[in-house]
Amino acid sequence: MSETHAQTVNFVRDTMLPPAPPPVSERGAVKWMRENLFSTPLNIALTLLGVLALYAIAASALPWWLNSVWNAESLSQCREIVAASAGPDATGACWAMIRERWHQFLFGFYPPAEYWRPVTAFGLLFAALAPVLYSGQKRNLTILLGCVLAYLLLTLYLASAPGFAFGLAVLLVVGMIALAQVQPGKLLWFTLIYPALTFWLLWGGSIWSPIVAMAGFAVLYGVFRFASPLIGLAPAAGAGVVAAVLWWLYIDIPVVNLLQSALPLGIQAVASDQFGGFLLAIVIGVTGISFSLPIGILLALGRQSDMLIVKTLSVGFIEFIRGVPLITLLFTASLLLQYFLPPGTNFDIILRVIILVTFFAAAYLAEVIRGGLAALPRGQYEAADALGLDYWRAQRLIILPQALKISIPAIVSTFIGLFKDTTLVAFVGLMDPLKGVTQIVRADIDWKGIYWEPYIFVGAIFFLICFGMSRYSMYLEQKLKTDHR
Amino acid sequence: MADAAKMQVSDEVAIQITGMNKWYGQFHVLRDINMTVQRGERIVICGPSGSGKSTLIRCINRLEEHQQGQIIVDGTELTNDLKNIDKVRSEVGMVFQHFNLFPHLTILENLTLAPIWVRKVPKREAEETAMYFLSKVKIPEQAHKYPGQLSGGQQQRVAIARSLCMKPRIMLFDEPTSALDPEMIKEVLDTMIQLAEEGMTMICVTHEMGFAQAVANRVIFMDQGQIVEQNEPREFFNNPKSDRTKLFLSQILGH
Amino acid sequence: MAMATDVPKDSFRLSMLIYDTRYRSYTIQIVVLVLFALAVAWLLNNTVQNLAARGKEFNFGFLWQRAGYDIGQQLIPYTNDSTHFRALLIGLLNTLVVAVLGCVFATILGVIIGVLRLSGNWLVSRLMTVYVEMFRNVPLLLWILLSYVILSEVTPQPRDFRVTDEMIAAGEEPAASMMFFDTVAVTNRGTNIPSALFERGLGTVDIGFMTLNLDFWAILAVIAGSIFVNRRILRSARATQEATGIRPVTWWKSILVLFAPVIALLVAMGFHLEIPELKGFNFQGGILVAHSFTALLIALTLYTAAFIAEIVRAGIQAISRGQSEAAFALGLRPNRTMNLIILPQALRVIIPPLISQYLNLTKNTSLGIAVSYLDLRGTLGGITLNQTGRELECMLLMMLIYLSISLMISAVMNMYNKSVQLKAR
Repeated sequence: MSETHAQTVNFVRDTMLPPAPPPVSERGAVKWMRENLFSTPLNIALTLLGVLALYAIAASALPWWLNSVWNAESLSQCREIVAASAGPDATGACWAMIRERWHQFLFGFYPPAEYWRPVTAFGLLFAALAPVLYSGQKRNLTILLGCVLAYLLLTLYLASAPGFAFGLAVLLVVGMIALAQVQPGKLLWFTLIYPALTFWLLWGGSIWSPIVAMAGFAVLYGVFRFASPLIGLAPAAGAGVVAAVLWWLYIDIPVVNLLQSALPLGIQAVASDQFGGFLLAIVIGVTGISFSLPIGILLALGRQSDMLIVKTLSVGFIEFIRGVPLITLLFTASLLLQYFLPPGTNFDIILRVIILVTFFAAAYLAEVIRGGLAALPRGQYEAADALGLDYWRAQRLIILPQALKISIPAIVSTFIGLFKDTTLVAFVGLMDPLKGVTQIVRADIDWKGIYWEPYIFVGAIFFLICFGMSRYSMYLEQKLKTDHR
Repeated sequence: MADAAKMQVSDEVAIQITGMNKWYGQFHVLRDINMTVQRGERIVICGPSGSGKSTLIRCINRLEEHQQGQIIVDGTELTNDLKNIDKVRSEVGMVFQHFNLFPHLTILENLTLAPIWVRKVPKREAEETAMYFLSKVKIPEQAHKYPGQLSGGQQQRVAIARSLCMKPRIMLFDEPTSALDPEMIKEVLDTMIQLAEEGMTMICVTHEMGFAQAVANRVIFMDQGQIVEQNEPREFFNNPKSDRTKLFLSQILGH
Repeated sequence: MAMATDVPKDSFRLSMLIYDTRYRSYTIQIVVLVLFALAVAWLLNNTVQNLAARGKEFNFGFLWQRAGYDIGQQLIPYTNDSTHFRALLIGLLNTLVVAVLGCVFATILGVIIGVLRLSGNWLVSRLMTVYVEMFRNVPLLLWILLSYVILSEVTPQPRDFRVTDEMIAAGEEPAASMMFFDTVAVTNRGTNIPSALFERGLGTVDIGFMTLNLDFWAILAVIAGSIFVNRRILRSARATQEATGIRPVTWWKSILVLFAPVIALLVAMGFHLEIPELKGFNFQGGILVAHSFTALLIALTLYTAAFIAEIVRAGIQAISRGQSEAAFALGLRPNRTMNLIILPQALRVIIPPLISQYLNLTKNTSLGIAVSYLDLRGTLGGITLNQTGRELECMLLMMLIYLSISLMISAVMNMYNKSVQLKAR
C-alpha cells in the first residue's frame, strides 16, 4: 500500500456528533407537495386531473346543497322556494321530505305511540354489545354505557315514553354502569337475556312469553349438566336439545296462558307487517349476525372434519348456499317454505327471512373461518391433543380463538355484506328502508319525482353503520395484534 | 486463516464517501460519514442495531437516498440521474439478509434474469455463466429447482451466485447469515471467504467476528449513525480504543 | 416365566360405541346420517302432501307451453308465441350478457383504481379511497335504483333533441344534444346507440335450432387469427432475444397484426354505422338499449370495481419489498421489475379473490328485478312462475342453473390455483 488516506487509517472518534435538523429544502410543506403531488410528469398530470374532478363535482353539487329547503309541503313547493331565492335555473335539495317522513324511514309503519320501544331496544343493543366489544376494559365500558344512558334520557323523553318504562330503562343502565365498576364480567348476563327482552319490546304481547321461552334454555342447560357425567358431553347436549324442543313445542304455550291469566302483564302487540325501515333492517341484521357466527363455526368445523358423512353434508350445504343468489333464497322463504313444512303451519314472514339470511351468512362465514383454521399451524392442534384436551375443549380454548382472530377482517366484511343485503327483503314484500319506504314516499303525490334526497339519506345511514363496523374491525385487529410482536 | 498473499489491496479507489448525511424525516440516521474503500479491500461494519450500518451500505447502491454529501462509486457519483444509478447498480452486487430470491422462477432463471434483461446477454451464454457460478457455490445440481425447495443456506448461496452473475466489481453483504440456522452459517461464510481470496472488494455488515478476523482488512464500528472506530482486525478486537467499542465487543464476544 | 404378552383384547362393550376411537366416528356418522335421512323424508312427505292438497303435480311439462308474454331485451329471436323454455333461454342470455360485460368493465376500472390507489400521488390516492369506501359501504341496490331513476327521469325526452327552422333562425340550441359526435342519444325511453350494418355482408345460415350470423363469426375468426399470429411474433422475438441478447422491437408489428386484418375485413364487408335520427317524436334506426340494462350494468361495474381495486391493491402490496429491492440491486428498471417479478407473483394472490368477485357479480345480476330487467330470475323465476303457478319447479330449476354457473366458475378457479402453485418442500 502506498498512499494512505485519512479515511483508511485507523481512526477513533472522541466526541459523538449530536443529531442535526435536515436541510431546509428537505422538509416542510413545499417538500411534501413536491414529493407527493408533483414528483414526476405522470404525477403532475394525475394531480391536475384530480383537481379538475374535484372542481367539477363541487361546481355541480355545492349549489344544490347550499340551496337546501327544509320547510315545505311538497316537491313543487320546494322548487318554488328555490326558484324564488336563487333564480329560475338553480337547483336545491328538498330536505323537507326527510323532515316530514323521517319516521317512516326509521320505523316503517310502527305505531308512533310505541316508538319508545324500538328506541329503547336500540339503546340497550349497545349496552348488550358493550361487554362483548370491550371485554374487561372498565374505562371503555363505562364510556359506552354512559353514552347509552345519555341517549336513552334524550330519546325516551322525546318519544314520550310512559313513566314506568322511562324509569326502568334508566335504572337498568345505571345499574349496569355500577356493575361495570366492580364486576364487568357479570354484564354478560344482560347480553344473554337481551334477545328475549328485545323480542318482547318490539313485538309486544304478554311478558310471560319471553320468560317462559328463556326457561326453555334453562331446561336445556339443566339437562345437559345433569346428564353429561352419565353419558358424555355430546349425547348430553343432544338430550338437552331434545328436552328444550319438547318444552317449546308442548309445554311453553299452556304455561304462558296459565301465567297470563293469573297475572296479566304485557304491552300492546305490534304485527310484523308494521315493521319497516331501519327498524326492520337492524332487526334482521343483528339477529342474522348473532346467529350466523355460531352456525358458521359449526359448519367450518364440520367441513374440516375427518368424518366423511359430516364433511360431505357440510360441504354440500355450504356450496349450495354460496352458489345461489340471496334473492332466490328469499323467494324460497316466501314461496316455497309452505311446501316443505307440514300443511297448515304458518310462519311469520320476518322469521322466515331471518332464518334464511342467517343460513346465507353462516355459509359465507364458514368459508372465512375455514381459511382461518387452515392458517393455524399444525402444531397447535398437536399441542392441544398432547395436553389431553378432548375435541370440543381444544376447539373452544385453543383453536377457535386463534382462528377467529386471524379471520376478523373477513368476518366483519361478511357482516357488513349481510347488513347491506337486508335491503333485498324488499323483494319479498317487506318494507326495507331503501326500496320499500322510498317507493311509498315517492308514491305520494306531494313527493312524486324526488330521488336524490331519500337515497342520500338512506345511503348515508348505511354508510355510517357499515363504515363504523369496518373501523371497529381495524381497531380490533390492532388491539389483538399487540399480542404478537 | 485465509491466504494473505492472495488478498492484496490495490491503490485504486473503489468507493469514496465524503460528508454523507441522511435523514428519515426529522430523524438524523447517518451523520457525517467519511469513508474510502480501495479495490480489493474487505471491510466489515459492525455495531448495535439501529446504528445505521444497513442504511449506509444501502446508500451505496441507491436503495436509499442520501440528502447531503457525496458518494462516488467506481468514478460515478450517485445522484438522482437514472443513468448513473443504473451504471452503479450493474457494478455493485448485493446480498440480503432474507435472500430475496424470486420464488416463481427456478434457480437457473433467478440467475439468468438480470444478465438477459440488463446486460442483454444471449440466453445460452447467460446459462453457462450461471452454471459456472452455481458450481462455484457448490450447488450446481439445484439449478432446476425452485427456491422454496432449498434450505436457507442453499438459498443464500444462490443469492450470492445471482449477484456474481452480473460480474460486479464490488459486493455488499447486509447481514447475510443473520437469518440462517447455525449449522448453515459456515457454508455461506466459506463462500464469502472464497470470494475474498479471489480479490473481490467487499463491504460486509455482520456480527460474525470470526469472519472479520479471518478476512477483513478493516473493521468499522458504527453507533448512532456515525463511524466511531475503525482499525485492523487484530488491533480492533484486542485493543479497542473507544468505550463504546469496548462495550459492544464485550456484548458480542461474551456469549 | 413371564414372556412378552400380547396386548389384551377387550371384549366388545356397548359403551365402546361412544368412547372407543375406533367406533366413535362411525357411531356419530351413522347417527347423523339417520337424522338427515329422517329430515329429508319428513320434508318430502310434507311436499307431497302439500302438492296434493293444492291439486298440483310435479312435472316440467309447462316449459313447452306457450309463454304468452313479451320480453324487451332479446338476443335471440323470441315472440310471445315461443315456449317458456325459450323465455328461460332469453333470461339466461340476458343474465350472461350483463355478467360478462360487467366483469370486463369492472376489471378494467378496478385495476386502474387499484393501481392509482398505490400511486405516490396523495390527492389521487385519497380520492380513490373515498370512491372505494363509498361503494363498499352502501348497498348495491341503492346504486341500481339511483342509476335507473337518473336515467329514466332526469334525461330529456326525444322531442327535446329537435332542431326546428325557427330555432336555427333564432340561433337557439336545442334543449338536448347527442353525445359522442352526435351518435348516441340518451332519452328517458332508453339509450339510442348506433347499430352495425354491412352493405356486403355474408348473410346468415340456419342450422336447425338457431341461425348463425356469418358476419359476426367471420369477424371473430379474423380476430382469433390475429391473436394467434401476434403470439407467434412475440415468440419469435423471444427466441431472437435468447439467441443474441437483443430483443427486437415488436410493438408496431403487434398493433399492425392485431388491428389491420379486422379493419380490412370490416371495410370489405361495407361496415357502416346506422346512426339513430330523430324522426317525428322518436328516434329511428340504431339500437335502443333499455335503461334497465344500462342502469344495472353501470351500478354493477362501479360497485364491483371498488372491491376489485382493493383486491389488486392488496395483491401488489402482499409482495414483499425485498423482491423489488433485489431486482433493483441487480440493475432492473422499475417497469421491468413490475413485469417480470412483481406482477407474476401478485397475480397468484389476486386471481382467486378476483374470480370470487366475478361470481358475486353474476349472482348480483338477479337484482335486475328491481328495475324490471328480465334476466333468468325475471323470466323463469318471475313471469313464468306467476303465470303457470309452478313455484316449486321453477325455483328448483332456477337454483339449479345458478348453482351450475357457480360451480363452473369455482372449478375454473381451482384449476388456476393448482396450476400456478409455488413449489415448496
